[in-house]
Amino acid sequence: MKAKMKCNKSTLSSMITIGMVVAAYVIIEILMKAGLVSSMLKGLLVPVCVYVLLAVSLNLTVGILGELSLGHAGFMCVGAFTSAFATKCLAEVIPSKGLCFFIAIVIGAAFAALFGFLIGIPVLRLNGDYLAIVTLAFGEIIKNLMNVIYLGKDSTGFHLSFKDSMSLGMGVDGVMLINGPQGISGTPNVSNFTIAFILIVLSLLIILNLIHSRDGRAIMAIRDNRIAAESVGINITKYKLMAFTISAAIAGVAGVLYSHNLAILQAKDFNYNMSILVLVFVVLGGIGNMRGSIVAAVILTLLPELLRGLSSYRMLIYAIVLIVIMLFNWAPKAIEFRKKHSLKNMLPKKASVKEEQ
Amino acid sequence: MSFITYLVQGVSLGSVYAIIALGYTMVYGIAKMLNFAHGDVIMVGGFTCFTLSSSMGLPPIVGVLVSIVFCTILGVVIERVAYRPLREAASPLAVLITAIGVSYLLQNVALLIFGSNPKSFTSVVTIPAIKLFEGQVTISGEAIVTLICCVVIMIGLTLFINKTKGGQAMLAVSEDKGAAQLMGINVNGTIALTFAIGSGLAAIAGVLLCSTYPSLTPYTGSMPGIKAFVAAVFGGIGSIPGAMIGGILLGVIEIFGKAYISSQMADAIVFSVLIIVLLVKPTGIFGKKIQEKV
Repeated sequence: MKAKMKCNKSTLSSMITIGMVVAAYVIIEILMKAGLVSSMLKGLLVPVCVYVLLAVSLNLTVGILGELSLGHAGFMCVGAFTSAFATKCLAEVIPSKGLCFFIAIVIGAAFAALFGFLIGIPVLRLNGDYLAIVTLAFGEIIKNLMNVIYLGKDSTGFHLSFKDSMSLGMGVDGVMLINGPQGISGTPNVSNFTIAFILIVLSLLIILNLIHSRDGRAIMAIRDNRIAAESVGINITKYKLMAFTISAAIAGVAGVLYSHNLAILQAKDFNYNMSILVLVFVVLGGIGNMRGSIVAAVILTLLPELLRGLSSYRMLIYAIVLIVIMLFNWAPKAIEFRKKHSLKNMLPKKASVKEEQ
Repeated sequence: MSFITYLVQGVSLGSVYAIIALGYTMVYGIAKMLNFAHGDVIMVGGFTCFTLSSSMGLPPIVGVLVSIVFCTILGVVIERVAYRPLREAASPLAVLITAIGVSYLLQNVALLIFGSNPKSFTSVVTIPAIKLFEGQVTISGEAIVTLICCVVIMIGLTLFINKTKGGQAMLAVSEDKGAAQLMGINVNGTIALTFAIGSGLAAIAGVLLCSTYPSLTPYTGSMPGIKAFVAAVFGGIGSIPGAMIGGILLGVIEIFGKAYISSQMADAIVFSVLIIVLLVKPTGIFGKKIQEKV
């Protein structure tokens, strides 16, 4: 009976999360039809969705898998570049823009997942601080590599170089596709709010299903106690890789949306600060809480844009928020203090079911 | 001859990494935490020295001393306010994320005070460069001072740890916090002392780094900081000679990578070193193997 109730509770919680996203989408669509949304806010819709996807994906790694990834911008970078490249190549072959974008999303997600898998194999053997610093290292390596790739196409085929655009030796009809630090320019602007919304719902469905499945419980068992999980026969590497790859794929999808929303895509945008920014969303929303990540990502992306005056203090405030939230949530003394002075103590005590939350 | 020039440059850069890595390695050895903000303390040291000697016109030695004192205090304050409350936290991620927050905070405070335009740092070193082989190889004064500083600091630290009471307390705390406390060692004090020493060293590293590479921005410290962590891991985290050797090797690898492979790929090469080391020999060159207890 109790187990059944718990199951229902988790399903309900997932439904609330997805319902919240759907409701937000419907409200914004209605407001847009009514012409109440300013053009600035319209321009922010896709970036907000990009950050929501990133936050949800990082939360899978940090909150569910329990490992800190500081290289999430790297996976986003892979998704963004491979998909933008695919779109530019496919544009001539496939006339339908929608189909082309769909393929681009699949390619972006697949490549990011592939990178996540390949990087995950060595990285996930480590844990804690080492894992964090190695993901950071991989993020930087990906950014560095993307910065030196020069790729062009002419009638004879593709030309690749790691030096400069001159050494490609292209024919007269050559077109630069990836131009080193200048990146990819002229990607069609096909990302829109509806597609972004569908992608968010899909990602949420995947993640929430994973969390509430047998696999998800195994992943969380590894998070809570790796040695205990191993001793009851959970295959650590498999489950860690599973979570990490899914997380990377979703970050890749965020990258696809990002690249198809910008005219110029440059590798330097995907730096360490981007990874930290997403981490702030995850921490503020609550580690392991998908709904919180979504809300935090939306608020923290919209707020600085709406309050222009604050923009120079924005990063400073983020930093302070990060420290204060961590101290408030994790310091043993703060936890004790909260328990002592919480509202629950004032109310008459209910059955122990409350503890389950 | 260019080979020797690069080698000297590499050793000089590596010595800076080594000094930073010492701070990392000591803090990691004792508090078992990765102090992400360490790199930004370097930047604070650089800016303090810059403000005093370049803007206010005080003699460079005053700038250096004040920046050491300032960073030492800063290190202790950071430890007290941000890290100590989380020492017994349930998740090891808590203190790591807080450290990232502190790093971000320092960067953004510096950004608000000094702006994002690079400041040109006047070198504090006045020793003239040495020319060898009829002027084909030049060893800059900065390189000499950096190397000497690094060796002096390493010897000093080794003596401090092995010969003094405070140093022995550090060893004891890094071995077993609980047992050390039972033996009457002030654990909190010892950890604070470690942070103080580490941050003081970071200030020296900051001044030396900015003397060699004179452009100073709020982000100056973050990359060298991370690379110095790579150096500390390379040499074996917790080991003082390891930090030194790891730092110098990493500096040489970086400069050679820049010179002979690709200047844009230098960072990627350095990070690849980290990944290879962690995969092949996770304890580093001088690291101790720690048995996992259940």
